[in-house]
Amino acid sequence: MRAAVLPPLEDRGGPAQPLLTVGGLVKHFPVKGGVFGPRRAVQAVDGVDFSVLKGETLGVVGESGCGKSTTARLLVRLMAPDAGTVIFDGESVGDALSLRDYRRQVQMVFQDSYASLNPRLTIEDSIAFGPRVHGVAARAATGRAHDLLARVGLEPRRFAGRYPHELSGGQRQRVNIARALALEPRLVILDEAVSALDKSVEAQVLNLLLDLKRDFGLTYIFISHDLNVVRFMADRVMVMYLGRVAEIGARDAVFDAPAHPYTAALLASMPKADPAERRDAPPLSGDPPNPIDPPPGCRFNPRCAFVEDVCRRTDPPLAALVPQHSAACLMASSGSGHSRAPEIAA
Amino acid sequence: MTPMIDIRDLSVVFGRGPKPVPAVDGVTLALAPGEVVALLGESGSGKSVTLRSLLRLHPASARVGGTIRVDGTDVMALSPRALADFRGRTVSMIFQEPRLALDPVYTIGDQIAEAVRRHRGGTRAQARARALDLFDRVRIPSAKRRLDNYPHEMSGGMLQRAMIAMALSCDPKVLLADEPTTALDATVQIQILLLVRELQREYGLSVIFVTHDIGVAAEVADRVAVMYAGRIVEEGAIADVIRSPQHPYARGLLDARVELAGGRDRLITIPGAPPDLADLPPGCSFAPRCARVSGECRTTVPPLAAPLGRGQVACFHPG
Amino acid sequence: MSVLAASPPALRAERSPGYWRGVGSRIARDPVVVAALAVIVALVLMALLAPELAPMAPDKGSMIRRLKPIGTPGYPLGSDELGRDMLSRLIYGARLSLLMGVVPVPVAFLFGATLGIVAGYAGGLVNALIMRTVDVFYAFPSVLLAVALSGTLGSGLGNAMFSLTVVFIPQIARVAESVTTGVRKLDYIDAARASGARPLTIVLEHVLGNVLGPIFVFATSLVSVSMILASGLSFLGLGVRPPDAEWGLMLNTLRTAIYVNPAVAALPGVLILITSVSFNLFSDGLRGAMDVRS
Repeated sequence: MRAAVLPPLEDRGGPAQPLLTVGGLVKHFPVKGGVFGPRRAVQAVDGVDFSVLKGETLGVVGESGCGKSTTARLLVRLMAPDAGTVIFDGESVGDALSLRDYRRQVQMVFQDSYASLNPRLTIEDSIAFGPRVHGVAARAATGRAHDLLARVGLEPRRFAGRYPHELSGGQRQRVNIARALALEPRLVILDEAVSALDKSVEAQVLNLLLDLKRDFGLTYIFISHDLNVVRFMADRVMVMYLGRVAEIGARDAVFDAPAHPYTAALLASMPKADPAERRDAPPLSGDPPNPIDPPPGCRFNPRCAFVEDVCRRTDPPLAALVPQHSAACLMASSGSGHSRAPEIAA
Repeated sequence: MTPMIDIRDLSVVFGRGPKPVPAVDGVTLALAPGEVVALLGESGSGKSVTLRSLLRLHPASARVGGTIRVDGTDVMALSPRALADFRGRTVSMIFQEPRLALDPVYTIGDQIAEAVRRHRGGTRAQARARALDLFDRVRIPSAKRRLDNYPHEMSGGMLQRAMIAMALSCDPKVLLADEPTTALDATVQIQILLLVRELQREYGLSVIFVTHDIGVAAEVADRVAVMYAGRIVEEGAIADVIRSPQHPYARGLLDARVELAGGRDRLITIPGAPPDLADLPPGCSFAPRCARVSGECRTTVPPLAAPLGRGQVACFHPG
Repeated sequence: MSVLAASPPALRAERSPGYWRGVGSRIARDPVVVAALAVIVALVLMALLAPELAPMAPDKGSMIRRLKPIGTPGYPLGSDELGRDMLSRLIYGARLSLLMGVVPVPVAFLFGATLGIVAGYAGGLVNALIMRTVDVFYAFPSVLLAVALSGTLGSGLGNAMFSLTVVFIPQIARVAESVTTGVRKLDYIDAARASGARPLTIVLEHVLGNVLGPIFVFATSLVSVSMILASGLSFLGLGVRPPDAEWGLMLNTLRTAIYVNPAVAALPGVLILITSVSFNLFSDGLRGAMDVRS
């Protein structure tokens, strides 16, 4: 007997328990070298720890190759991590919590609104697919698809029977959001979900995401290369660089007083929209390096303005400056040997 | 002073049959020598189509009207041979995806050297020396080694620098930039913007810089022309437009910026979506989304005018 | 959380015209494809209605009326080396030629597409196993493989069609594998996986609909190759046996007359050409019409 509704998901650990805790997440992709060449790997994600609190938005920023998209795909288990644990509301994913049950609770919205919809399905069928997979009867699933379409601002009677290529980019991304919500997830991962949209459409979709979060009690991981958007959306921010966490902390702490020189440079690189504030020199030179051969020591050291010898030898740990604000920089770690490091308290 | 670029009443229509698409409709724009103008707009606004018209890069089926003069040359009247010479030599262009604009089977150095020889002749050695000089000018580190790289061996930022080097290889007077930093990371984007600005000053180039990002426009442009549904709706000095936009669409775009949202829990948005170009409203294209709309707006296309004596705006109710 | 769950039954939504209707209307707008399709339909009708259309029996010869030129009274397209009416033989020839040319393709499509889609979606070891086996067959030139198989099995219609099927399976499997691998990388497949769907469900609901079209287009382009190969096999004596009328075989037996009456000798070749070009044009048009974004 097929159900008319999905079984409700329950909060288990209470509000204080993080919704998601990630520990030691690693994913390397082997690279084909010559037959006798050294075995090398793209260190896409190399030891990432963080947690996401219930009801918050964790913003994730970084440049290409920093591992933010790989992290997202690992969290949704579109690929298996090489190492690391993912604990969802107190239960270890893959052990106590089956992958199928976990996947119902964690959904993702992708950047490319066209590639993420099956071109041969009407949008109501695309949205209804998830609930049907989880045992909801076809008619009820379609009804749910219509409700969600209305909820994301697309009149169901006009849009439900259309195909993806008949919609604009903004409309398609609304469909993708509705599809992600169809399983009533608790965590939604938004991987550059508004990056391909025009600015005026982006603003509408961001407002929609905020409304949905409030109405459905969602938790977001919001991945973007656009710091301004992350600043608007996020409660806490995680900055990634070459497969590692460079800095993580409350939004205002990170934006107003960045502890990692990379965060500071990233912030300074954002265009100001004020011709009176034009710069003469770029905050950073060079491109983000290739994650195949990360430099020894601190991974940021070749581009860092404050680099010292110790940075080329020592891999800085992610150290707490104050509770809830950590940075992986020797300047933030007391007794690290960097001349700008804080003194060890006597 | 005669303008370097003089576009008058440009129109570009794609497709035939019952629903032709007027991608550009009556664009008039002039650039002085050494001036940088940003064409700002969203997808479908006609900004890239306008830019490509300057090099006549449209498919043969497009119907193009109006006149374009660059450095006194009537671009529309150029013979195919003269056009080939004009491209690259008088006007050159850089693109959003340099990877698609470069040939993957030749080294970057060979491609630049070939462009140099095609337009200026000279020996292989001279052309290569010129390529090396250009690589230095666009600040590509270890330029000599980089000349022998294939496109896939370079990062996005380096490739865009190489593209700029190639564009400058024949000392053009005009540089057209079609979202050249959109695909780049933030820390690289600012480097390329500063490089464009620096080279523009050094070579005295006139630059049209197409972008959807107000921040990018503010970083490089002297003037900005805001486009909507194939028409310029506002044009003026960059600082004036950013501080006090006159057209409701320009104001809406500026107000929608997330940077301004500090503390607020919602963004200001422009309601609705851009119109279908094949089915434009009879009057102002922005009228269906506009808060200041009046009866006149729905019947008559507002002309570009200068109500404040500086800049121009195509609106019956500016301010 | 579940406020949305207790929802009223779905209202009938406006439906966009279906995908195939769109393809049909785009085909109808392309005069070249319509013409090619008309030729194909005419050829099929000709084969079906051969007894009605042919003025004479295809195997009734007359030793005194051999190799008459085109336009001879009673022999509008001349006669062959045994004095049989060319027009009648060409009409009857369409039956075996189309049968041999067309049947191997859908059979090969069934097996090739299945192998390729499984290999493409499964990836990894399964892919390597299937595709390397396919490659072994693919390494032989198709003419050579068809001739070798037919030669081993012996001549005859059934054996020739079987050989052609074997020749086409690897080709279709390779296309199917590459198309499926491409689709598999798209985000909508990832989205379906993230919703917890099982691989078989994903293949049936999300992969098939998007790969069958392109594979089908490729298969239609093979019909022309198949026609030519089938004729070739008959020409070499490995397909249809005389006195049955088949264009390839007719081309063979008439080659002795090429200096006496070249126009007549060329007629079967002209029909093979027209048929294969029509299938090719149709397949090209179909490819264009199936792109929803065009």
